[in-house]
Amino acid sequence: MRYLPHSETDRAAMLARIGVASVDELFADIPAARRLKKPVDLPLAQSEIEVERSLAALAGRNVPAGSVPFFVGAGAYRHHVPATVDHLIQRSEFLTSYTPYQPEIAQGTLQYLFEFQTQVAALTGMDVANASMYDGSTGTGEAVLMAHRVTRRRKAVLSGGLHPHYAEVVRTLSDMAGDTVVAMPPDPEGREDLAAALDDGVSCVVVQNPDVFGNLRDLTPLAAACKARGALLIAVFTEAVSLGLVESPGAMGADIVVGEGQSIGNGLNFGGPYVGLFATRQQYVRQMPGRLCGETVDAGGNRGFVLTLSTREQHIRREKATSNICTNSGLCALAFTIHMTLLGEAGLRRLAELNHANAVDLAERLEKLPGVRLVTRAFFNEFTLRLPVKAAPVVEKLARRRILAGVPVSRLLPGAGLDDCLILASTEINTDSDRAALVAALAEVL
Amino acid sequence: MLNNQGRPTAPGPADASAHPTFTGNRALLQQEPLLFEIGRAETTGVDLPVPPKVKSRLGKLKRSGVIGLVGLSEPETMRHYVRLSQKNYGIDTGMFPLGSCTMKHNPRLNEKMARLPGFADVHPLQPQSTVQGAIALMEQLSHWLMTLTGMPAVALSPKAGAHGELAGMMAIKAAIAARGEARTRTVVLVPDSAHGTNPATAALIGFSVRAVPADADGTVRVAEVKKLLGPDVAAIMLTNPNTCGLFEPQIVEIAAAMHQAGAYFYCDGANFNAIVGKTRPGDLGIDAMHINLHKTFSTPHGGGGPGSGPVVLSDRLAAFAPVPFIRRKGDRLELVEQRKGSKAFGRMTAFHGQMGMYVRAMAYMLSHGADGMKQASEDAVLNANYIKAGLADLMSQPFGDRPCMHEALFDDVWLKDTGVTTLDVAKAMIDEGYHPMTMYFPLVVHGAMLIEPTESESKAALDLFIMAMRDLAMAAKRGDTARFTGAPYHAPARRLDETRAARSPVLKWTPPKAAAAE
Repeated sequence: MRYLPHSETDRAAMLARIGVASVDELFADIPAARRLKKPVDLPLAQSEIEVERSLAALAGRNVPAGSVPFFVGAGAYRHHVPATVDHLIQRSEFLTSYTPYQPEIAQGTLQYLFEFQTQVAALTGMDVANASMYDGSTGTGEAVLMAHRVTRRRKAVLSGGLHPHYAEVVRTLSDMAGDTVVAMPPDPEGREDLAAALDDGVSCVVVQNPDVFGNLRDLTPLAAACKARGALLIAVFTEAVSLGLVESPGAMGADIVVGEGQSIGNGLNFGGPYVGLFATRQQYVRQMPGRLCGETVDAGGNRGFVLTLSTREQHIRREKATSNICTNSGLCALAFTIHMTLLGEAGLRRLAELNHANAVDLAERLEKLPGVRLVTRAFFNEFTLRLPVKAAPVVEKLARRRILAGVPVSRLLPGAGLDDCLILASTEINTDSDRAALVAALAEVL
Repeated sequence: MLNNQGRPTAPGPADASAHPTFTGNRALLQQEPLLFEIGRAETTGVDLPVPPKVKSRLGKLKRSGVIGLVGLSEPETMRHYVRLSQKNYGIDTGMFPLGSCTMKHNPRLNEKMARLPGFADVHPLQPQSTVQGAIALMEQLSHWLMTLTGMPAVALSPKAGAHGELAGMMAIKAAIAARGEARTRTVVLVPDSAHGTNPATAALIGFSVRAVPADADGTVRVAEVKKLLGPDVAAIMLTNPNTCGLFEPQIVEIAAAMHQAGAYFYCDGANFNAIVGKTRPGDLGIDAMHINLHKTFSTPHGGGGPGSGPVVLSDRLAAFAPVPFIRRKGDRLELVEQRKGSKAFGRMTAFHGQMGMYVRAMAYMLSHGADGMKQASEDAVLNANYIKAGLADLMSQPFGDRPCMHEALFDDVWLKDTGVTTLDVAKAMIDEGYHPMTMYFPLVVHGAMLIEPTESESKAALDLFIMAMRDLAMAAKRGDTARFTGAPYHAPARRLDETRAARSPVLKWTPPKAAAAE
């Protein structure tokens, strides 16, 4: 077996040094009746060629986004990732290191985490950001728990524009913890009145911008209403690139900002691994979940970085910790930071403008199709259409023509009466001919 | 002696510390400023076309003012992050015997497979007809995990070990609620030696934690568990092999006692690498166990993630798994994404979990096969015992000299009166070129040193490690404290002031002018 260095001679010498006759003596604590007498019923070891062959066969049965005109979004977005990013994150010293518990030999990880935290804070318009969560959805669940700790209330109001998967993650966690969730009905046009749902028992309002249907929402009035009621405003985003062009949630008055960072530096990967971004105001820093990297000095007086405020965390505080999170998304955070470094302020703005321009162009073409109505008024790179027929069969038909046309709302919200709604995203990867192909094909199948 | 170009070929005597450099660099080890000290707002390392003019649909929400980001050109970016990488220690650098973390070799075949466009470039919400191969891979991984653990169900979606714990404990809570005992069964038993994530997870979903004391030999006795059992107990969370590196000898009896009392048995599977192919958790009476794909199945730790924490479930809990789950419909596979019509308790995360990690773990499993995985576990246990045998005469063991599983535990009794602490030993190991072992964990052992070599280390590497540790142990005992208390001397950074970092936290870079104004 190519990954195991020992020869049988080595093993025999080592057993002799330990003073046992066979390796099974080392497993003597396993009750004899529960030891496996024969190998488990699985195939035997394979060479590198054989493994490549069988996994490539599985991969070959999927339709990669890059092989077709592609307009699927709704929480994960296909953007171009510069080659530099994937090269750097595969550096052994990044890829095969652990959580930086020994800072003297982990300054590489710690410094990029410090840079990541700074970038996320700037992007969201917040004071502090942590070193990442698993993804945007679990970060949203943690944000609600944090709001409960800060306000000492236990009721969350969820916008009808929040990604249904995110809402369900919050609901799962809240149901289990015995907390209350008030979920507003699906709101494809972004017209709901969340302020009206506030009362003195509400700990937080969770609202997504752009929302899952693509609507841009001005959070400023809601932030004021939350403040008046002593509730926290949790602003969620699933498309980090939007922050290059859209007003930051911090500037609109959010108390906690949580989002999915996949768009920057990370591929689609069929849903994971992604990277959760989590930022808040300075006053709440000790209630934050997750790792935090902080600046300090070493014994030689030189600047260095360490994990800090760990008395919030499970390995110190155990059942009183702010979260149970341990491993997070370090390498995906690195990919985010490297891509963001390559983009810079100027590149991110231009990337965002390109996305918006492509989406506007697509929306204008699709709006002209008979029976098709654009539901979303203000949007960034994603919007919702109402079709004259159910959307899911249309998407299937277009997939057979090798066009991946978006997400039917019925996949996310079955039974919500929105079966004719289709969510489409257009990013910088789409060409003019991609969009033309979609419009032509849609015109034919409708 | 000079060669024929007049160039000296033998070095003269040199003491590095007496020769400070102008730049502060030390040859290959470069000082590297923060991104924000070298980047510029107008610089970008990505060439993008000028966006076409369109009528803005942003409403009134166009961003005003600067974001505060900076950029670097591509060569500058490359150099910045390569230099940072050189300040890191990874498995590929040297031995990384971090107990409880299973820092085994990360095969690059896994990375290559995960990057196949059919896995890396598919969207979680594409029509399922276009991702049948991806779902098939998830089904195959499920089959392997269920077979290796002897359990009838698995939920793949949890994103890391602690998230898998959460899923398992949620399944237990859902099963208890379905029995109408949600209000009465509110206590979870957790040994003092448990990972911190166990009590944190239980508390997160409203359980209260009751501590289980360990016996003098570091294991949990069924008699102690029985004393704590009652109609208020929902479950026990037990790590096996435990955090002291020992297989719990009474695990079968403990499981039976839990079931008899109407409670469930959650097993923390962080240490599964010791027993793959040797015994199956399902045969031990376990109801739920998470598996860290980033430990046992070699997916890279990446400086703290991403991980992946599938949780296997017994018949008692199988119906209470989270969504999504896979269902076969004729020759097609379906990912069931809605809980309606099932007992599923809900969703742990958006989408379907850590696909990129599933592919890597699958590549590892196919490469090893049933035979290779058993051999890997045997080698992991062999290596830990070999280290133990090599150090037992110099370093003290809290639970006597008995075989361990895949990690060897020492305490700090052997350091008594030396003026050297466990932390000092760890830092001196850095100077010797090793990543330190896990220190001060488990909490039940004073000054704990938990050494997990994994199966990836050769005999020669282990022999050198043992000699280096013996040299350190003898140095400590003969009073060479300077070698320890000031260590590390040769790392990219000297010992860092953690107290200062926590007292007045600086969690992001601030422009110098603004910093001065504050």
